[in-house]
Amino acid sequence: MTKSELIDAIAARGQLTKARAELVVNCVFDAMTEALQRGEGIEIRGFGSFTVRPYKPYDGRNPRTGQPVPVPAKRLPFFKVGKELKELVNASRGRQLIDDDDDDDDDDDPST
Amino acid sequence: MTKADIVQAVYTRLGGFSKKESADLVDLVFETMKETLGRGEKIKISGFGNFVLRDKRQRQGRNPQTGEPIVITERRVLNFKASQLLKQALNDKPGTETPSEKPFADALIPKD
Repeated sequence: MTKSELIDAIAARGQLTKARAELVVNCVFDAMTEALQRGEGIEIRGFGSFTVRPYKPYDGRNPRTGQPVPVPAKRLPFFKVGKELKELVNASRGRQLIDDDDDDDDDDDPST
Repeated sequence: MTKADIVQAVYTRLGGFSKKESADLVDLVFETMKETLGRGEKIKISGFGNFVLRDKRQRQGRNPQTGEPIVITERRVLNFKASQLLKQALNDKPGTETPSEKPFADALIPKD
């Protein structure tokens, strides 16, 4: 499921126009992003919680050249699955994983 | 931040929804995501991150408290992979410019 499919589902189930549903979905993720930016955690009961973890600077290495590369201090988001969702996901084990595309890593950048 | 704060954001920022409608819509967003993950389907929210499912085989583990060897049964787990944009949002310090942004910013300033 992509964000636009989530928007379609909210529009259908909530009886909204797609434009309205899009505003709702964007507002939810915007509010969450802003909380994390403030360094604030997010707790959604039954779903999970997001926290911001600080990382110290360290000396990394360019894997291709072996050259040392300083990695600056950074903050990264971390998600802990809630108990209910964890159990729900595990209970789906009998079903095949739905992986309708092969671009898993589209949001990935190996440098971070 | 809790779900109530997200409801408040939807209520005040979007307009046109009552508090009850805002709460129902926010619930619907998380419920829809839960159901999707609960049927073994991953979710990709561009700009925020991906919720990905993985099947783990049974493996040998240890009780960290007692050191006793135990069998960790096979299971399906949920991981969150933050998007590059979210990672950037957590590390951009307002008011400080990264060097790579400067030439571009300068180019936007009229010369005369």
